[in-house]
Amino acid sequence: MLRLSPLHLHQPRDLAQAVALLAEHGPQARLIAGGTDVLPSLKLGQTQAGVLVSLRRVPELLGIDLQDGQLRIGAGTRLAEIATDADVLAHLPALAHAASRVASPQIRNMGTLGGNLCLDTRCRFINQSDLWREALGGCLKSHGSECHVVPGGQNCVAALSSDTAPVLIAYGATLELLGPQGTRELALVDLYGADGRHHVLLQPGEVLVAVRVPLPGPGTRVAYRKWAVRKSIDFPLVSVAVRLDVAAGRLTGGTLAAGALNPRPRVLDLAKWAGRAVDADLAAELGQFAFDRCRPLPNVPYDAEYRRERLAVEVRRAVLELGVIPS
Amino acid sequence: MSHRPVVRISCTINGVAREFKAPPMRRLIDVLRDDLGLMGTKEGCGEGECGACSILLGGEPVNSCLVPAIQAQGADITTIEGIGSPGLRHAVQQAFLDHGSAQCGICTPGMVITAAWMVEKKLPADEVARTLAGNLCRCTGYSAIIEAVQAAIVAAQGSRG
Repeated sequence: MLRLSPLHLHQPRDLAQAVALLAEHGPQARLIAGGTDVLPSLKLGQTQAGVLVSLRRVPELLGIDLQDGQLRIGAGTRLAEIATDADVLAHLPALAHAASRVASPQIRNMGTLGGNLCLDTRCRFINQSDLWREALGGCLKSHGSECHVVPGGQNCVAALSSDTAPVLIAYGATLELLGPQGTRELALVDLYGADGRHHVLLQPGEVLVAVRVPLPGPGTRVAYRKWAVRKSIDFPLVSVAVRLDVAAGRLTGGTLAAGALNPRPRVLDLAKWAGRAVDADLAAELGQFAFDRCRPLPNVPYDAEYRRERLAVEVRRAVLELGVIPS
Repeated sequence: MSHRPVVRISCTINGVAREFKAPPMRRLIDVLRDDLGLMGTKEGCGEGECGACSILLGGEPVNSCLVPAIQAQGADITTIEGIGSPGLRHAVQQAFLDHGSAQCGICTPGMVITAAWMVEKKLPADEVARTLAGNLCRCTGYSAIIEAVQAAIVAAQGSRG
């Protein structure tokens, strides 16, 4: 059984204290909220930390508020609450669905929205113990210089397995961040970078405070579909959120956000299908579009070509799900 | 790290007020088993996948292998020792006996914890399989477990009118 090395834990009582602690301890500090991602990662040596700063007692991170035409969800809100919250179910049903598909009830009772968005990247190689990885001299993400899933690759291609990121990108979410320089807003889509070693583009010492989602208009619908080998626990091997904006029975715009491919979700604009009816033909075309524009890598389990075809199928099914929009 | 403070933690475990000292990041499962002698909670994977170490924290199932001891501060905890008694079994425990739902037994305490929570929440019987998603069993193939939990839910609802 892998053991966690002893770590010093700080428990700030408010956001200002949390930011001050991060500034004080610098790069050796890691944030911990639910702990369901960071604790296994620390055990497996996928990430390092000297000091943990717990966000559990920071009240500013909690709560779901409907205000000014948007839903503001505190980053410390547990996934189980998001999956069952009446406002989320009423206004952002695809987010509630995505949250309900994360891991297991036990994990959703601990894991938070902020933690799921800042989830570490994983691949078939990195998701093992340090001892196991050392046999091949580590990899780009773990004390090595060689990628073992895409030989010759210079960028780490470990995949982002967050279920909530694609769906919140499709909803057009923005993030409230607080750091040593003060607050700033960032579109969720811009949170992620292409390198799996540093895919979360927060400034040093910054904390994700809340997620703001504009309430979708009456013609906007989002669907989220996830495929994994098991229906429980597993990270997605294919995941996709599809947003369609429809007026008078015709498409006016849309977004497709595919996860589990790379360190950042693949986001595609669907504006060129404007004017089309949401029907089986559109579903097939958008499936083919996703197939053409997304290239799954051998970074997560299951054959990459199968996952590419599977993505097309999931996109088609998502559009068909949305096709029942009353027009 | 040499600097490893021990903190005093007060909580309620199985209805009894308890106080113990532990490093804040000590795993709750180790506190329960090794420090407090509550050996019913089992460790499976140690990384939150298998659910063998499930306990109720604040009335909700969590994996005690991923809960730092400090998180028990002021909390209401139920372990398998707090579910039923040899003389008066919980509806879930009786149903597990009736349906032959335990084989090697390692997953059973965690299964019973999650199932008891489902009974408490009056969950519809058709949601049982999905809600047991965080409890893995390598022996039974799940059918006997799911049938038992469904029977326990029906029995509990019947007895409450």
